[in-house]
Amino acid sequence: MIKIDTRSIHRKLRTYKRSPLSLVLLLLVLSATAITVSTLLFIIAYILIKGIPNITADLFAWEYTSQNVSLTPAIINTLIIVVLALLIAVPLGIFAAVYLVEYAKRRNKLVEMIRLTTETLAGIPSIIYGLFGLLFFVTAMGWGFSILAGAFTLAIMILPVIMRTTEEALKAVPDSYREGSFALGANKLRTVFRIVLPSAMPGILSGIILSIGRIVGETAALLYTAGTVAEIPKNLLSSGRTLSVHMYVLSSEGLYVNQAYATAVVLLVTVMIINWLSNFLAKKITKG
Amino acid sequence: MGKITINNLNLYYGDFHALKDINLDIEANKITALIGPSGCGKSTLLKCLNRMNDLVENCKITGKILLDGEDIYNIDVSLLRKRVGMVFQKPNPFPMSVYDNIAFGPRTHGIRSKIKLDDIVEKSLRAAAIWDELKDRLKKSALELSGGQQQRLCIARALAVQPEVLLMDEPTSALDPISTSKIEDLVMELKKNYTIIIVTHNMQQAARISDKTAFMLNGEVIEYDDTEKLFFMPQDKRTEDYITGRFG
Repeated sequence: MIKIDTRSIHRKLRTYKRSPLSLVLLLLVLSATAITVSTLLFIIAYILIKGIPNITADLFAWEYTSQNVSLTPAIINTLIIVVLALLIAVPLGIFAAVYLVEYAKRRNKLVEMIRLTTETLAGIPSIIYGLFGLLFFVTAMGWGFSILAGAFTLAIMILPVIMRTTEEALKAVPDSYREGSFALGANKLRTVFRIVLPSAMPGILSGIILSIGRIVGETAALLYTAGTVAEIPKNLLSSGRTLSVHMYVLSSEGLYVNQAYATAVVLLVTVMIINWLSNFLAKKITKG
Repeated sequence: MGKITINNLNLYYGDFHALKDINLDIEANKITALIGPSGCGKSTLLKCLNRMNDLVENCKITGKILLDGEDIYNIDVSLLRKRVGMVFQKPNPFPMSVYDNIAFGPRTHGIRSKIKLDDIVEKSLRAAAIWDELKDRLKKSALELSGGQQQRLCIARALAVQPEVLLMDEPTSALDPISTSKIEDLVMELKKNYTIIIVTHNMQQAARISDKTAFMLNGEVIEYDDTEKLFFMPQDKRTEDYITGRFG
């Protein structure tokens, strides 16, 4: 085995001698990969090393005090905001994409406009969504700093992401599926809901995962809308901080830097669990 | 009068005149083959019969198509497509289980009972001569089957809604010779119960399996006759040139 390997390596080296440019390219590609992977590993290792020793039972106390700086309320708030924002944005985004791909005529002026708008929306910095949320949901609607205002703001923020990914996923469904369904006498509605959307599910789910990542990692838009109260909310109009906001507050106060690292570990693990869970769900759904 | 009668059918894609004054009488329980070079309009003509061209933007159709004497534009399109089934050039099973593929059509037309569906699935797969191969794999994904099996599954899926007419658009062009001959045997078996119209590129195939053949060129039907007559005593010079391989 080893003999064959060395021979093939020799052969490869000889080809590279003939074209030194491809060797340079190979080295560039390899080093780019190495840098990317090692940066990621470095960040993860750094956070784990700094954070894990600081994880204490206190941090998970039910109630937050300035003594224990518990992150339990933040975890609960994060979950509530993720679920609420998705409940608002996912149906809207998917239906909008279904309209664009399945119903609107191709090369329609309105569709081009909508597409341009969503692309622009996707590129707006999150703090601007925060300001909008502050002016509209917090002030004009009179919801105050609240979970609800935060969730609505983030829903608007992730809407273009969900719309775009769903659109791409729908476009990737082969037309032969649609034809097959129509040829059996199925109407548009049945074709879209029974054939096209299920086939596009993995792509749609990847958009949802991306959105969850954006929500969990968001601070700027939430500071202005959901506020920073570190309590388990009594209702949707209570203010509450998510894990990222919690971390931001801890580290900006400068008193609880160690606890901020511990929070980062929890945040990291949360994101990993969410990714794993979504992948698992995606596989389950595509199989069935 | 035949099962399907086509009167002065003209079809335009935008400015392009794709079908010109088509007149055909398709007989019941026979296999009718449409042959001709690429782009001559055979597939387009086939798709007129179950109104699949309705889905194409900028497509204009004039003339009449009668199914059992009734204008197909007076029949509800879902019902028409139930009566006139279609099998496509490339096997296109849905990304779901074998069972759900077959059951999709009947469910579309309102059959919910599990017992009935089980029965339809078995009968359809038997009719498509693929029951023995698939009876233990009903819950498996249809995408795991071989190309030939997928195509026979698609035929079974078309049969599951109990059509009267079966349109086949080059059903074997994506398949190997063994799968092709299985499908040909199947088609000849099916004509007992169904009227079959098959588009094919392969003249030997048309000669082997069909009862009637229509030769098309540039959107026109040049000659339409019993298959034997058309192949051995073509009336038109162009038909003769095509079947002797001088062009196409």
